[in-house]
Amino acid sequence: MEKQWEEMTSDERQEALFEKWISPEGVTYASPEAEKAYKEKATRIKDAVQMKKVPDRVPIFLLPSFYPVYYSGITPQDAMYDYEKNNAAFKKFIVDFAPDAHLGAAVPGPGRFLDIVDYKLYSWPGHGVSPNHSYQANEGEYMMVDEYDDLIEDPSNFFYKTYLPRVFGILEPWQQLPTVTGILEIYGVGFNFIPFGIPPVQESFKKLFEAGAEVLKYAGAMGAFGGEMIATGYPTIVAGFTKAPFDVLGDTLRGTRGLMVDMYRNPDKLLKAMDVLTPIMIKMGVGAALSSGNPFIFIPLHKGADGFLNEEQYMKFYWPTLRKVVMGLVEQGVVPFLAAEGGYNTRLDIVSDLPKGKTLWLCDQLDMARAKKTLGKVACLAGNMSSALLNLGTKQQITDYTKKLIDDCAKGGGYIMSNGAFFDEAQAENIHAMVDFTREYGVYK
Amino acid sequence: MAKDLTNSLADLKEDEVIAIVREKLDKNEDPMKILNEAGRGMEIVGKRFSESKYFIPDLVYSGEILKRINELVKPKLSGEGEVKKGGKVIVGTVAGDIHDIGKDIVVFMLDVSGFEVNDLGIDVPVQKFVDAIKETNAPVVGMSGFLTLAFESMKETVDAIKEAGLREKVKVMIGGGQITDEVVKYTGADAFGKDAMAGVTLAKKWIGTK
Repeated sequence: MEKQWEEMTSDERQEALFEKWISPEGVTYASPEAEKAYKEKATRIKDAVQMKKVPDRVPIFLLPSFYPVYYSGITPQDAMYDYEKNNAAFKKFIVDFAPDAHLGAAVPGPGRFLDIVDYKLYSWPGHGVSPNHSYQANEGEYMMVDEYDDLIEDPSNFFYKTYLPRVFGILEPWQQLPTVTGILEIYGVGFNFIPFGIPPVQESFKKLFEAGAEVLKYAGAMGAFGGEMIATGYPTIVAGFTKAPFDVLGDTLRGTRGLMVDMYRNPDKLLKAMDVLTPIMIKMGVGAALSSGNPFIFIPLHKGADGFLNEEQYMKFYWPTLRKVVMGLVEQGVVPFLAAEGGYNTRLDIVSDLPKGKTLWLCDQLDMARAKKTLGKVACLAGNMSSALLNLGTKQQITDYTKKLIDDCAKGGGYIMSNGAFFDEAQAENIHAMVDFTREYGVYK
Repeated sequence: MAKDLTNSLADLKEDEVIAIVREKLDKNEDPMKILNEAGRGMEIVGKRFSESKYFIPDLVYSGEILKRINELVKPKLSGEGEVKKGGKVIVGTVAGDIHDIGKDIVVFMLDVSGFEVNDLGIDVPVQKFVDAIKETNAPVVGMSGFLTLAFESMKETVDAIKEAGLREKVKVMIGGGQITDEVVKYTGADAFGKDAMAGVTLAKKWIGTK
């Protein structure tokens, strides 16, 4: 009899999620070869990640940002406003370079939706950035330093009534919405709903309906893309994402500067806020993995990179809640796919405190040989072909570095060839060189 | 009790620093002297950063404390303010890129190191760099870029400087997330700095302190 999820160990849950990913239901493959290719690629990655045995060869990831858009000769604006063009560009990229997994086609995102909701957090092509460039974050303090208590006491209420109205222009009237935890009794129940009778609030909901309709189209296009790529033989490598609580605060709430100063001026509130966010971030990742039958949850690591925190600050503010999130995901069979963006050389010993075969790390500016001997003992490493080499290197430089990576990292398994940072630009022949060399040289004999 | 502004600031003891500054102002101490003592504290901060004792948050926090000192002291200055002895540096994030945190830290560290910094901001058009060089005769230009598109913008900016006949008159340093020696070669810059203090070191090397 099949075990219930609650009764399974974390190992069993991980195995169950991998099985769902390797053998997805309801797929009509393009051909028997496509089905075979799909299962081989997914199994190859599973073997590298679980570190119980070596795969047939070193798996290959290609993790671009906007590169597929430029590669197809369209602009980022095209990709954000024409979902068909977007999907065609990402499919062409995957099929032409044939990596073992892909990130999907959702990086550009739905431009029209962002227009309707009047998104403030980023500038995007046609909206503060040239049509030919990718979107970029507008750094700022979107949560004020005196709002820590609000976040700590009732995060959802803080998001609904204060934070989201700052980030989405059409949600500004939501500041007037009722605090729903006060809707408890027949006495005065109606008064809570007065805001919904006010024209500005009504306007905001009308806009939201428009936004929802647009994003349904987008969701349809993304779903179709994922399905088509599986049918063609290519696994998706992320089911969704979550974040380290420190980055939740530093990326888009307090901002970089605000958060750094908070460490000195408000350390206790900062720690309490991260404690409150931890179970929320775990739930976010687990939910996405379980609902999509894919074990991989992406975690971009930002403000804990080399130089951004001293070791004491990393151990006090960054690592404890990140580790709790990672272990909360691992407990549910999820595989955290952590992207250590920037340098992580000073963190290797600290982050090696993890169970073996449970996490996957994308490495950017890391000494990969050293990483293999530390973090690489417990975790599968992916990386770290640089953006500089991909753009400006010669074919010889690319193959030399690809060989070095395989020599330093592939022995015993637990290694995936990949670029280190999400690239917008590259020379196509350099990507081919990296992939081709790995297919030959990266075979486990 | 010793009231040492320089070391309190260097040690990032914000409350102590503010108390000391207030006390000195109450005693009608020379505001320039206070700012100079603060400046020496910032030098120590910069030194500790290059020794990897201090990191980016320490620079950012020291900037916040210095801002508060300036708010208290500058209204009391008689008029001239400090003369920048270090020489002129133009800094900006290149065309197409709106990232500014790294650039702002470099600008800040150059400023406290005595340089006269012309911060052109973000998404700076190629021509604006050229015009700034013509207007200010600055001998050093710093270009910041976080995205890979910045490689191209940096190259175009250096090419434009060449075309305006100004390349021999300036030294160009670049910096940002994915910058390497390959990028320096490609763009035609003179060097790259991996962090703010490297930028200060390059500026000092090229201009020299007077």
